[in-house]
Amino acid sequence: MTRHVFLDHQSATPVYPEVFEVMKPYFTEHFGNASSLHQHGLRVRDALRTARQQMAALIHADSEEEIFFTSDGTESSNLAIKGAAYANERKGKHLVVSATEHPSVMNSVEFLEKQGWTCTRVGVTPSGHLRLKELEAAMTPQTVIVAVHHVNHDIGTIQPMKEVGRICAAAGVPLYVDCEASAGWLPVDVKDWGAAMVSFSPHRFYGPKGVGVLYRNKRARIVSILHGGVQEGGRRAGTENIPAIVGGGKAAEMAIGRLTARGEHTALLQRRLWEGLHSRVSFIKLNGPVPGPERISTNLNISTEFIEGEGQLLLCDLSGIAVASGSSCVSKSLKISHVLGAIGLDHALAQGNIIMTLGEGNTAEDIDYVIDSFAGIVTKLRAMSPMWDEFECGVIDSVIAPTGRGKSFSQHAAEVSGKASH
Amino acid sequence: MSETYTLYNPTVMDHFMNPRNMGDLKDADGVGEVGAAACGDIMKISLRIKDGRIEDARFKTFGCGSAIASSSMATELIKGRTIAEALTFSNEEVVHALGGLPPVKIHCSVLAEEALKAALEDYVKRHPESASPVIVAGQSLTA
Repeated sequence: MTRHVFLDHQSATPVYPEVFEVMKPYFTEHFGNASSLHQHGLRVRDALRTARQQMAALIHADSEEEIFFTSDGTESSNLAIKGAAYANERKGKHLVVSATEHPSVMNSVEFLEKQGWTCTRVGVTPSGHLRLKELEAAMTPQTVIVAVHHVNHDIGTIQPMKEVGRICAAAGVPLYVDCEASAGWLPVDVKDWGAAMVSFSPHRFYGPKGVGVLYRNKRARIVSILHGGVQEGGRRAGTENIPAIVGGGKAAEMAIGRLTARGEHTALLQRRLWEGLHSRVSFIKLNGPVPGPERISTNLNISTEFIEGEGQLLLCDLSGIAVASGSSCVSKSLKISHVLGAIGLDHALAQGNIIMTLGEGNTAEDIDYVIDSFAGIVTKLRAMSPMWDEFECGVIDSVIAPTGRGKSFSQHAAEVSGKASH
Repeated sequence: MSETYTLYNPTVMDHFMNPRNMGDLKDADGVGEVGAAACGDIMKISLRIKDGRIEDARFKTFGCGSAIASSSMATELIKGRTIAEALTFSNEEVVHALGGLPPVKIHCSVLAEEALKAALEDYVKRHPESASPVIVAGQSLTA
C-alpha cells in the first residue's frame, strides 16, 4: 500500500477530534443565529464570546472586543486594507506593502490603485527579508496603512516584526500584519509588535475552514466593506459561522499549549527533509532562509533545476505525497509565484519550484519516504527533459552550480521561444 | 484514501506517466525545439524520415503533465505520415486524441504542433530536394 504523506499544511490541516467534538452541537441543537434575542440566539452569543477570548489569548490581545470574525484570511486582509483605506481617506490615499504579501493583500491594493490610491511596494532581499530602510523611506504623511506579513506563505521567511512595528510607530502609521502562515505555529504578540491589525485562520492550525479572524486595535479606524446587518460591531455584516467559530476557538486554545512542541517537531523534520533532498538530488536549491530562526520550521521551498514543477507535483501525488508549487504551469494565470519573482529567483528555477509544508502528523519515516520518492521523480523527469540533456552536452549552463559552459537557460528559452508562438 | 482523483483525464494521465516515444533519435533527419513564451515550457521533437514518410519520432519535454502528454501523443499520431500529411497536422488532433485538455492547457498541444513543424522545417533545410511535396501540399514552412 502506498504511504500517504501530507506536506501541504499551508493550504489545510485536518480538524482535531477535540475541535470537531465542540463544533457538533452548533450544527444541530444550538443552531441559533447570534443576532436573535431569544434563548437560541443568546446561547450562541455566549459561545461567540468564548471563541473571541480564545482567539485573543493566542495573539496576546487585551480584549475579546478587538476580535472580529470573517469568512477566511482573504476576507480579513480585504477588510484590513480596504477598510483602513476607506476609513482614512481624508488623511491620505497612500498605502505601503511588502512586495511578497499574499495575493489577497496585493490584489486588494491593485483594486484601490484603480480608484485613485497609490501604493509603495517595499522590496525584499534574496532571502525574502523586508528592506527596512526602504520601508522607512516609503512612509509619507499621506500613508494610511502599512501591510507586512509575519511569515511568508511561499518561502517561510520570518519578518523582523518588532523592527517593522517600531518603524511604523515612529511614522505614526498603523500596521497590519498577516499572520496566516504563522499563527498557531509561532508566537504572535500584537502588543509587542504594536500592530493595529492582525489576521489569521484556524484552518491552518487544525481548526475548520470557513472562519477568519481579524484583530483590530481599538484605536485603528476601519469601515465595513460588506454591508448589511450590524454584526461584528458593525465592521462585518453577515451571519456568523458559529460552528466554525467555536471550533476555531478550540483550535486556538489547543495551539497555545502546543506551540513549542509543534516548533520542535517540525524543525527536526525540516532539517531531515532538506538535508536528505540536498544530498540525494543534484542541482537543487532552497529558496528563502536556511532552516533556523529566520525561517518558519514548517516550510521548505525548493527549486530543482532542468525540470518543471507541475510534473514533480503530479508524480509526488501519485506516490501519495501532497505538495504545492509556485511554477507558472500550476497557476491558472500561467505566471510564476510573485514571491519567487520578488526574491529575484531565475525564471528557470521558479519553473522547477515545489513547496512542502510540514505538520504535527508527519514522521521521520514519512520524510525518508519523501526523500527517496523525490529523488526517483527527479531522475524520471530529467530523463524526459531536453534541458537536462542540453546541460550535460554543455549547450546550457546550470544556474545553481554554474560550470562556465554554455548559455543560460533563460537565453536558450528565449531563443527557442522566438519562433512564432500563439 | 479509497479513491484516486486525477488532475487530467485517464488518457492524459496515461501519456504523462507512461510517455510513448520519449527520448532522442540517433541520426535524426530533422530536429525541432520550441518554447512557449506564455509559460516557459520547452519541447523537442526528432524525426526519422525515409522516402518522404516519417518512420520514427521521439520527444523530450520540459513542462507540465499536459505538455508531456501532448508531445507523447503527437509523436504517436505522426508516425507513418508523409511530410505533406504531417504539414497539415494540427494541435486539435492532439487535443482530440487525448480526450480533451483543460482550457488553460490547450497551449501545450499548440507547442507540440510547433515542435513537429520545426522538426519538419529542419528536415527540409537539410534536404532541399524534398521541398516539392511541401509545395504540393499547399503549405508554407516559413510562414
